[in-house]
Amino acid sequence: MTAHDPQQAARPNTPTTTYLYDNYDTAFVRERVAEFREQVRRRLEGATTEEEFRPFRLMNGLYLQLHAYMLRVAIPYGTLTARQMRSLADIADKWDKGYGHFTTRQNLQFNWPKLVDVPDILEALAEVEMHAIQTSGNCIRNVTADHFSGVAADEYEDPRPTAEFLRQWSSLHSEFSFLPRKFKIAVSGAAQDRAAVKVHDIGLRVVAGPGGEPGYEVYVGGGLGRSPFVGKVVREFLPREDLLAYLEAILRVYNRFGRRDNKYKARIKILVHETGLDQIRAEVEAEFAAMDRTPFAHDAEEFARIAAFFAPPPYETLPAQSEALQSAKRENPAFAAFAEVNVSAHKIDGYAIVTVSLKPTGGIPGDATSAQMRVLADASEKFGFGELRVSHEQNIVLPHVKKDDLFALWRMLDAAGLATANVGLLTDIISCPGLDYCSLATARSIPIAQAISRRFKDEERQREIGRLGIKISGCINACGHHHVGAIGVLGLEKKGQESYQITLGGDPSLSASVGELLGPGVGADQVADVIEHIVDFYLSERQGEERFIDTWRRLGHARFKDVLRREGENGADI
Amino acid sequence: MALISEGKFVEDEWRHLADEEDLPRSGKIVVSQQRLEEALAGLGPEQGLGVRLPNTADPAAIAPYFSRLSLIAIAFPAFTDGRGFSLARLVRRAGFKGELRASGRLVADQALHARQCGFDTIEIPHDIAQRQNEAQWAKALGSYAETYQEGYGTRGSILERRRKAAL
Amino acid sequence: MALLKNPQILIASDLRDGEALFLGADGWARDHKSAAVARDSQEAAALEARGKGEIAANRVVDVYLADVGLEADGSPTPLHYREKMRIKGPSVRPDLGKQARAAQSGDAK
Repeated sequence: MTAHDPQQAARPNTPTTTYLYDNYDTAFVRERVAEFREQVRRRLEGATTEEEFRPFRLMNGLYLQLHAYMLRVAIPYGTLTARQMRSLADIADKWDKGYGHFTTRQNLQFNWPKLVDVPDILEALAEVEMHAIQTSGNCIRNVTADHFSGVAADEYEDPRPTAEFLRQWSSLHSEFSFLPRKFKIAVSGAAQDRAAVKVHDIGLRVVAGPGGEPGYEVYVGGGLGRSPFVGKVVREFLPREDLLAYLEAILRVYNRFGRRDNKYKARIKILVHETGLDQIRAEVEAEFAAMDRTPFAHDAEEFARIAAFFAPPPYETLPAQSEALQSAKRENPAFAAFAEVNVSAHKIDGYAIVTVSLKPTGGIPGDATSAQMRVLADASEKFGFGELRVSHEQNIVLPHVKKDDLFALWRMLDAAGLATANVGLLTDIISCPGLDYCSLATARSIPIAQAISRRFKDEERQREIGRLGIKISGCINACGHHHVGAIGVLGLEKKGQESYQITLGGDPSLSASVGELLGPGVGADQVADVIEHIVDFYLSERQGEERFIDTWRRLGHARFKDVLRREGENGADI
Repeated sequence: MALISEGKFVEDEWRHLADEEDLPRSGKIVVSQQRLEEALAGLGPEQGLGVRLPNTADPAAIAPYFSRLSLIAIAFPAFTDGRGFSLARLVRRAGFKGELRASGRLVADQALHARQCGFDTIEIPHDIAQRQNEAQWAKALGSYAETYQEGYGTRGSILERRRKAAL
Repeated sequence: MALLKNPQILIASDLRDGEALFLGADGWARDHKSAAVARDSQEAAALEARGKGEIAANRVVDVYLADVGLEADGSPTPLHYREKMRIKGPSVRPDLGKQARAAQSGDAK
């Protein structure tokens, strides 16, 4: 008995644009479920201690949090089918509390599962070709990719075949399952980087080689957390046929020489920093040269097999402009705002990419109810070939919507509370769960996001402010990516109280930079005030179309610090 | 210590020689890396000799002795310390054909990891062996019919199966 | 025996469902008001010893002592905001967790 309704599998518009399991994948994921069922059984009867069980439950995405267990479900490269989304909604209703939380690593978290139910949940996931494999633990984590993969106008190549190729290679890797620390890989194939490749342990950019053949620019040693680092180029061009061999070489060097004496110094970024990029490159290249590469001889065929799944859906031939869209925008200002803010250019004429914001005013960033998940599934089937994406900004993307259908889609979303027109704007806040759920957190982050969201709820004011990323983490582990927020907020404990540090100038894209600290921590009720002062100063100083980050870079951090100090002296409550 | 081979608890013919013990005249012994030269000089050519390595050992430094060694035991100071898996791969790559043993607080869940990285046997403390019986080790070893990676273990990979199925 | 700076209670998580539990006189309670309160180091050590036994029996995990203050009726309330969160549930979802259960049983009365 599973949560999945078998009749839904036969629905029309089943997408052909993502990887589908073959018998081997199906068997593998089933075996994984059986293995975990046995691991839970052994734990409950005491064959394994908690210390022994913990790494294995984490490798199946299961954490123990403040109020309950938490299960992190993998959504490889953020791509979901309508059927999968519906199954997630069913699981939320049957075994959880009717909602799910979409994360910055394109995954979905259930906040209330019982350990004894998790094998059944994994079985329900396996029914729809999903799993929770390696969504946590000191292993190669779920591989992430650009959420506009395959549809972005600026794309060189869809990065998802690469991500799927890596997902299979990294699944239950017998040599690399007990690394010094977690290991995250992101792939991008476009001019603009929407996958934050420079803040991952390994970042891959699909690029053209000397003869025009596709290969990879390889970054290594990026990462956030206690010591944030921007990744460095370890190989300018890696031919595709060497991808797995080269990654295996990097992982072997890291597994052998990464620090294991201090959890906060165990990521590969520290190894690169302490050893030096040139030395690490030399060791990786030496290992690459020494290894037996015959096992990788057939990689090209396997890559081609996988890539064939990511063929474009059957688009119609349409004019570039849509009359229906133009007239609906004229007649409905709310829709016009949505179309301006949440809709992005598609590579095919007559189509658009729609980002559905999971950040309503005062809401919990990334949360969706099971009813909303079903609406999203329905919307994707009705208007978008049954395909959905999860973005690392914790939103949902409908990647192929006809411009002619945008108004009808908007009405459907609006009825479900899913039409907030704030994508990329100030209230499109990234936030980790923080101390409301997480046992590692030192302070809450969701209430901070909610306060900022309410303060800036006026959408016209947000559009006037323009693109501005606020990112909030509830502890130094930086799951909310605060280091790379144009405005970052980090929750800490100070003298028994929650206290918030604010940073400015972070950037996750190819021009990556880590934010600089504005000053001493402030109380929870002051964060929105401080941000308002910063934003007002930016608005008074910006030139032309300058984004916040550009103004900050032009003026320098000191000018922003000065503003706050003056405001403080004038008696402002900051 | 209890010894596990192919999911079964087996008799251990080898004896770990402590550094302060004299070299025995008979029996199969495992010495530390520091005593390897001494043991090579002091033992007869027919006497079984093995060496135990820390997981930080340099495989190139030990490779010249492979022809004389029947056993290499790699230490796992903690089951979460995966360096031993990479070292096992490198020792096999360097040409070692004898018994490769994982030695430490490994758990049954790692039976397959160990075998795929080239280990023949696993030796664990008795307290783990008491909790995790032979059935659990055997079951863990059979958890997966095939895995994705090529070049690990002796059985075929999923990729190999796919290729054969496509032919 | 040295009096503790603050009284303490023993908190754990249920192995099977992960819910926060509090060690009381008769075993684990889901309501912190039923927790046994240690006032001196000997009583705290006794709570910890019972907690270790419960870990060994595979009933609970993540066991630790937390400082509390005492209400007029003698019932304990955690002092740190982290444990204040654990006795209720997420502050952003008052409809979930222990606080929801408390509200429901309150309604029933």
